[in-house]
Amino acid sequence: MSSTLIEVRDLVKHFPIKRGILIQRQIGAVKAVDGISFDVSEGETLGIVGETGCGKSTTARLLCRLMDPTSGSVTFDGRDVLAQKKDDLKALHRQMQMVFQDPYSSLNPRKTVGSIIADPFVIHNLHTGKDERKRKVQELMDRVGLNPEHYNRYPHEFSGGQRQRIGVARAVALEPKLLIADEPVSALDVSIQAQVLNLLRELQRDLGLTLIFIAHDLSVVRHMCDRVAVMYLGKIVEMAPGDELYHEPRHPYTGALLSAVPVADPSGGKRERQLLSGDVPSPANPPSACRFHTRCPKAQELCSQDEPLLEVKRPGATGVAACHYPLTDEEIRLQLPAALTRDGRQPAAASSPAGASGEASSASSSSSST
Amino acid sequence: MSDALLNVEDLRVSFRTDDGIVRAVDGISYAVGEGKTLGIVGESGSGKTVSSLTTLGLTRSRGSDISGRIMFGGQDLVAMSDEKLRTIRGNDVAMIFQDPLSALHPFYKVGWQLVEAMQAHGSISRKAARSRAGELLQLVGIPDPQRRVDQFPHEFSGGMRQRVMIAMALANEPKLLIADEPTTALDVTVQAQILALLNDLQNRLGTAIIIITHDLGVVAEVADDIAVMYAGRIVERGTAQEIFNEPQHPYAWGLLKSIPRLDSPRGEELVPISGRPPSLINRPSGCHFHPRCPYVQDSHKQIDPRLEPVASGQSHAAACLLEPSVRQRIWRGLREGRDLESLQRLAASSNGQAGGTSGAPPAPATASSTPPSGAAPQEPS
Repeated sequence: MSSTLIEVRDLVKHFPIKRGILIQRQIGAVKAVDGISFDVSEGETLGIVGETGCGKSTTARLLCRLMDPTSGSVTFDGRDVLAQKKDDLKALHRQMQMVFQDPYSSLNPRKTVGSIIADPFVIHNLHTGKDERKRKVQELMDRVGLNPEHYNRYPHEFSGGQRQRIGVARAVALEPKLLIADEPVSALDVSIQAQVLNLLRELQRDLGLTLIFIAHDLSVVRHMCDRVAVMYLGKIVEMAPGDELYHEPRHPYTGALLSAVPVADPSGGKRERQLLSGDVPSPANPPSACRFHTRCPKAQELCSQDEPLLEVKRPGATGVAACHYPLTDEEIRLQLPAALTRDGRQPAAASSPAGASGEASSASSSSSST
Repeated sequence: MSDALLNVEDLRVSFRTDDGIVRAVDGISYAVGEGKTLGIVGESGSGKTVSSLTTLGLTRSRGSDISGRIMFGGQDLVAMSDEKLRTIRGNDVAMIFQDPLSALHPFYKVGWQLVEAMQAHGSISRKAARSRAGELLQLVGIPDPQRRVDQFPHEFSGGMRQRVMIAMALANEPKLLIADEPTTALDVTVQAQILALLNDLQNRLGTAIIIITHDLGVVAEVADDIAVMYAGRIVERGTAQEIFNEPQHPYAWGLLKSIPRLDSPRGEELVPISGRPPSLINRPSGCHFHPRCPYVQDSHKQIDPRLEPVASGQSHAAACLLEPSVRQRIWRGLREGRDLESLQRLAASSNGQAGGTSGAPPAPATASSTPPSGAAPQEPS
């Protein structure tokens, strides 16, 4: 709908593996992120899903340049993130902020909540008056659902969900354009997760945030995101608008992920589970060509010789998948949970007259599938 | 339920601490039949783990008080001596822990640990035990088991370690397997592998399983019966179908409506449970859930509800002070996406005409009560 906010091209991050005590020599590299490209439009929510070690958190850190990539480019709002000098980078960080996974270790235990949330103002020298700063912080606390009177408390006095709210308040303090949330709810209890998810969506709507949402939970990502990228061993294997990805996955890995999600419906879980064998291979020594071929149920000889590119796999689709032998409609029907295949959109429309239909349409207008 | 393998009756476990008495488990009863799977669901601190540790006698210490009965094979595990219990633990009843890395000894080879588990309970020769260790690893789907028995735990991946834990638990062919969050630390594809493995083993060996988890999806996949725990109590109990299709307790509604589901419409607003779990030292008066319950009435703050059958003669039971017919109407409303206020009114109005309406037909109830304000969706502000 609107212009591209962040543009990522061929981003690569290899962590060297070294041996030797005094004279260290590199004997290999962990290929955490190995050539990924994507765009995120303004106001959009991009989800990045994948299993442990697929490089999704590394990607988040590279985007903010909390880490320097091995190669590739990141363009944010027309500026090259990787070329920025220290001072410029600081200005850039005003526009892009991060919410971390662990609300216990991402807050300084020796600082009061008030000063944690005020830190961005200190760093960027904003709202310098003492009273003004306090007022601003209390506004933020109120905004994220914390009691402003708890200004002088320490992080240990808060529960996990409240701490994550503190982390969110700190991240939105500077009114950034882009918020990168790295597994923001995976450390929280189920009943608390929804509170934080709702808060993020609310803030996104009110502040017009662009959100990159990283998680391993496919249901949470579906709930939050307009578009989803699936990562496997440092590569994006499939990227599609939410509805398309969840109803018509083309990459066998996406299909297996969806097939593996337990569905909270004892009667609807009947399906031909596509169980992947084995574990994710080591990113230090990834399989050749298509990295998924060692676990892929559809792998042929070609898959170990020729690396597939991200391509549109069906006329009319907007999503892309990197696979030589994408899933057929028949396979999708067999593998996926019943709720997704019998066109989940139909019962959905019938059962939620009041729900949040207005909000849903506004959130997904940029990517509505059909 | 006389044919049940395990029968827990009015189990209470409390710990004396410097801050006060922590009532971790407060009068729970459940039963597991042979070859069946019971799922225990609840948040952290709801007492789900303590209740199962107690079954194995692992909460016995100077600071704890345990009362009630745990009947297993005609014997009461609570009253049993430590020595006697040791012959049952790891033999007839085995446990799989959440974190396989910290549950395996890092200094010993996996095979050695499996052999030890077998030799502790039977006079089996070292050689026979070793070859059985290989078989067990094969049984749980570890490739190349003969080589793997000579490896250390750190050489296994998370999913493989959990398989080793399952192999160890199965070493003595237990009648009951207690799995405490067996898949929480694992990725979703590996989680699916482990759940399929548990299911397969249960079919082949006829083991009864208690699976403890906070993930409703997991219990829906594997459990026959489900108990929902909150603040040390079972607040709802029933078959998996009953809990998911006709949940009765507001806490169960909260759990079901607060997780995004793959099969719910995309963009549907989540309904979080407000507040946070209570302290088990100073529990709220009356119904322990009342500070977080959207449908709370004044009387609920004084009366402590008991777990009562939803309809007489049913196994489906809930500990809620709302009338069953009202609960049914509220749940229907929730499923239709009605706004909270009209449902709260529903709860309040029923409070006035207390009693006597439990047999009311549910179908017209939804039609006659306040219609959803269709055009104006509930926008949170």
